[in-house]
Amino acid sequence: MGLLDKEFTDGNIVIAKADDILNWARLSSLWQLSFGLACCAIEMMATSASHYDFDRFGVMPRPTPRQADVIIISGTVTLKMATRIKRLYEQMPDPKYIISMGSCSNCGGPYWEHGYHVLKGVDRVIPVDVYVPGCPPRPEALLEGLLKLQEKIRNESLVKKTA
Amino acid sequence: MKNPQEIFEILSAQFPDANIQIDASLPVEPIISVNPLKINVISKFLAENNEMLFDSLMNLSGVDDANGTKTKDEDGNDVINGGTLSVYYHLHATKLNHKITLKVSAPRENPEVESVENIWKTANWHEREAFDMLGIKFLNHPDLRRILMPYDWEAGYPLRKDYKNPEFYQGMKVTY
Amino acid sequence: MALKTEELVLNMGPQHPSTHGVLRLELELEGEVVTNVKPHLGYLHRCFEKHCEAMTYPQVIPYTDRMDYLASMYNNFGYVVGVEKLLGIQVPERVEYIRVIMGELQRIASHLVALGTYGLDIGAFTPFLYCFIDREKILNLFEITCGARLLYNYMWVGGLSHDIHPDFVRLTKEFIPYFRPHIKELNDLLTYNKIFIERTVNIGVLPIDTAINYGASGPVLRGSGMKWDLRKNDPYSIYDRFDFDIPTGKNGDCWDRYYVRVLEMEQSLRIIEQAIDQIPDGDVQSAIPKRIKPPKGTVYSRVENPKGELGYFIISDGSTSPFRVKVRAPSFVNLSVIGEMCKGHLVADVVAILGSIDIVLGEVDR
Repeated sequence: MGLLDKEFTDGNIVIAKADDILNWARLSSLWQLSFGLACCAIEMMATSASHYDFDRFGVMPRPTPRQADVIIISGTVTLKMATRIKRLYEQMPDPKYIISMGSCSNCGGPYWEHGYHVLKGVDRVIPVDVYVPGCPPRPEALLEGLLKLQEKIRNESLVKKTA
Repeated sequence: MKNPQEIFEILSAQFPDANIQIDASLPVEPIISVNPLKINVISKFLAENNEMLFDSLMNLSGVDDANGTKTKDEDGNDVINGGTLSVYYHLHATKLNHKITLKVSAPRENPEVESVENIWKTANWHEREAFDMLGIKFLNHPDLRRILMPYDWEAGYPLRKDYKNPEFYQGMKVTY
Repeated sequence: MALKTEELVLNMGPQHPSTHGVLRLELELEGEVVTNVKPHLGYLHRCFEKHCEAMTYPQVIPYTDRMDYLASMYNNFGYVVGVEKLLGIQVPERVEYIRVIMGELQRIASHLVALGTYGLDIGAFTPFLYCFIDREKILNLFEITCGARLLYNYMWVGGLSHDIHPDFVRLTKEFIPYFRPHIKELNDLLTYNKIFIERTVNIGVLPIDTAINYGASGPVLRGSGMKWDLRKNDPYSIYDRFDFDIPTGKNGDCWDRYYVRVLEMEQSLRIIEQAIDQIPDGDVQSAIPKRIKPPKGTVYSRVENPKGELGYFIISDGSTSPFRVKVRAPSFVNLSVIGEMCKGHLVADVVAILGSIDIVLGEVDR
């Protein structure tokens, strides 16, 4: 992003690589699917409220997966819900990113031992880009997870396949 | 306002053939145990009688008593044979302000208890949950099916003490 | 020429912006009018009761936090009161006062989320932001006491995990006059707004007898007109020393349930004001037993959660872990009334009714 805001000296003409422009556009307006499962969803709501604003990073909640770029899996994924998450993931158009928030969706969380109905980690059904640890993670931790995702997008390339 | 001993005496006088007993030996509250197939008429009496007026069912819980014999089956897992499954009812009267605890026990192999859904509608979902978690069948329930587990869960009743986890469910690995 | 009509089944699926979590509602419609609502639960079933049988008594407390994650102090409170009754121990006075203050602050925080998200369901975005600002102040108070913002693990069997911070009393005393005018501001924004009134008055009317028969409790029951609060009718801890009112509604519609919550926040402020001046000195950890091994027996203890009557039925078999813990969750029981309340209303009213019951899916599914 820094390389682009110094270029506006000469009559609004910007010269940059196509990779950089596309990545900058993608990371600055990540529209998220409003998908809260359990306790981490409350921390996600607190992050999007005014104290730790999410909107200043360009993240807006969208109700439908067809218009969303990023899905933040916040909360425990159960076996009953896992098939629905897979379906939602398949309904999102490319390029799509997943942030797994909280201990339950990273690896099963406190329910790893005796939870007969808990899926031990959402990466058993969908591929995850960023893991945010915590139970529940503080809003600042979620913002750091978002910044790490933005860094990952910044390093993407049209030519080289990353995933 | 009545205490549990008085309620027990009124009930045993009214229903002499329902095998009613009271157990006040353990803390904290005395428990009145009743025949499982008579719980519907007894509950109707408790809800409508003018001295009782128990109009609110606070809680209905299924319990696996685990009082049978433990053996090992062919895979080496624990299996409990015999014994009982129980259902506890906590009742409360809002106008007269007294409480009572009832208990019914049914054999583990074929647990059948009469439903009290026609008296207190709140029992509808509580009984579905007891069926889902422990396998207790409630007779005359309008809609007895699983409520918390998926509708096609084949692996048994999770809260029983000898429940074993399946390995896979619809392609997802269940165990850690 | 007669038109052929058919019933339509509409699915408000587990992922929906207005269902307050993962709840699936199957609506049967005649045109736009709802004839039947069938809720499907279990999308957040986390096997709490099986965990209780494997953990020791103190280890269960963090799991109780995660059931109703908006009011974790009260979940701890209910469990701890039950186990203390079974053990027969008495906690010090200082612990009782701090528990009441934390519980009432938690009640205000939980109602703020309920009111904020209810405004969001109806279509008003601003009350959500205003409520969350005030909630951050309360979470700050909790954070300086025990270090966590949402799930505290604060009330232990026989005492508390940490004593209160030296600044806690001063900050709470500053919070009370800061928050009172904000309740009035919320009333100006939302409660007497003409559009809000048109969307919630006479919607989802629940008569008192149906409510008691279905086991409803909390603001759902008080909104229908019954003056029933466990803090006064079945007192636990030291609530009988404080002076507060119990607000009730008149019609039993959505506006009444909403307004009961607003008035309860004011009453909670009154309790905190009375309690904060009377905290005695003492040691909060002196009564915590070294090893918790209750005698054989059963106990059913109930407390007044912000959502309703939360009950814990604990069976002990004399060992260090419980034999069976059954949680009577208020949202589970309150949700079963939705079939009765939605008949004859439009689809948009289902959202308003569901928001006014104020469910938390962690509690419904446990």
